[in-house]
Amino acid sequence: MSGQELPEKDDITGVETTGHEWDGLKELNNPAPRWWLWVFLVTVIWSVGYWVVYPAWPTFSGATEGTWKWTQYGELKEAQQEIHQRRAKYQDRFHQAALADILADAELYEFARVGGAAAFKENCAACHGTGAAGGRGYPNLNDDDWLWHGKLDEIHETLRVGINSGHDESRISQMPAFGRDGLLTRAQIGDVTEYVHQLHLADKANATPAYTRGQQVYTENCAACHGADGEGDRTLGAPRLNDEVWLWGGDKKSIHNTVTNAHVGVMPAWEGRLSPDTLKALTIYIHSLGGTEPDVPMQNE
Amino acid sequence: MLDKHKKLEKNSMLLLLFTVIAVSIGGLVEVIPLFRMDVTIEKVEGMRPYTPLELMGQNIYIRENCSSCHSQQIRPLRDEVERYGHYSLAAESMYDRPFLWGSKRTGPDLARVGGKFSDEWHVAHLKNPRELVPESIMPSYAFLANRGVDLRKIRSHLKSLRTVGVPYTDEMIEQAYNDAMAQGRADGDASGLRARYGDKVITRDFDGQREMLSEMDALVAYLQVLGTMADLRHYNPDIAEMKE
Repeated sequence: MSGQELPEKDDITGVETTGHEWDGLKELNNPAPRWWLWVFLVTVIWSVGYWVVYPAWPTFSGATEGTWKWTQYGELKEAQQEIHQRRAKYQDRFHQAALADILADAELYEFARVGGAAAFKENCAACHGTGAAGGRGYPNLNDDDWLWHGKLDEIHETLRVGINSGHDESRISQMPAFGRDGLLTRAQIGDVTEYVHQLHLADKANATPAYTRGQQVYTENCAACHGADGEGDRTLGAPRLNDEVWLWGGDKKSIHNTVTNAHVGVMPAWEGRLSPDTLKALTIYIHSLGGTEPDVPMQNE
Repeated sequence: MLDKHKKLEKNSMLLLLFTVIAVSIGGLVEVIPLFRMDVTIEKVEGMRPYTPLELMGQNIYIRENCSSCHSQQIRPLRDEVERYGHYSLAAESMYDRPFLWGSKRTGPDLARVGGKFSDEWHVAHLKNPRELVPESIMPSYAFLANRGVDLRKIRSHLKSLRTVGVPYTDEMIEQAYNDAMAQGRADGDASGLRARYGDKVITRDFDGQREMLSEMDALVAYLQVLGTMADLRHYNPDIAEMKE
């Protein structure tokens, strides 16, 4: 293709062709649209500006910083400070306040309840449900059937150290696997199932022989933790058995399975994972869900 | 000037030369930071290579393509930090081969899921996610509990990871099988495992089936360690203080 050759012109449009031909088709050598060219040039100029103000080019000792000194971490810090300031009206007071005082202060109470609800959805709802209604193996937090007390301090402690969580101060609740570990015979488990199944009934009319034998087994093996009348023990996390609230199912099959294999529920410890203030807010929120107990210190009971 | 490109387009060697220049600029921008890894990766305490069982869990995580729905990177954005905790550091995935950062969050981010839920929760949730999270669209992975974890090639696996820079010692490779068994059994002797990988290693019967070391054990062991290794309080006192 020599330079002297005059470019061929298309007969119809009068536009030069590129000189390429494919099966009789020729390509017109139209320039790129002007508007497009201008936009392209503007983006090139824009990028130069970008290099100047933002971090752009890697160097051997780091990267160019840009005149605005923007960093992702800096932006995060600013954004965090912004919410910090928005909360500042309550935050310091909240941080200082004891749990009981928060209950008494309408503003702080609302602050805690709303913050707690948000934290609950992210951290607690996976097990206890979005409405805190719980499920099999995960207690309902709306009722007054507490495994480890429903007082503010106790809720806070449970949140902090967890249950069977591996935390150094974790609440420990260990039920022996009476069947699996051979502590009771199959027959004995059948009897005690019969007994526990009827514990909540006011009228124990169907006191079958199995029920009576079961009572004996219960007194010898279960009463130490679950109480003589199945009232439970909140210092051990032993559920109350003489009501109709069941953690692992109240039908005979479930009870039989629980006695045989035992369930060891685990709640993670949240200390270190959530900030102390978030723990306080969660405590207030859970306390507010209902089924709470008058907030008097434990020793006054 | 607008006609100059003709010269390039009609001279193949010239075109090649300029193509190489253009591609090199792009390449260098991406490659240069890799030569400066020691600056890029933060110094943070607590990072260790995965134990053999956690590694098997990671393999299952890869096999089941968990990362197409779950990311493992908390970006330094306020809302993510508020929700998931401290943003992820480069150091936290320095022993991941391949990286599992992901780019899609159909499900939540898992970078700090370790310790957030109990083993029982993970097992029940993997078996039937909707039992615990009614609105979940995650598939069931119940079959993991019925499959024994395949440890036949665990030593070669550790060895190949060492080739690409994960600091497994000869002893770790030698004991890989035993370490995996010790970690997933509540009753085994885990002293060797702890000596090799540190005291923070969790040894439990993760899936509650005593008779078998299942893929469920491995996956839960992996999930429970995610985001828990690095000691972030020492890394960024600013953030720790702010959270107080």
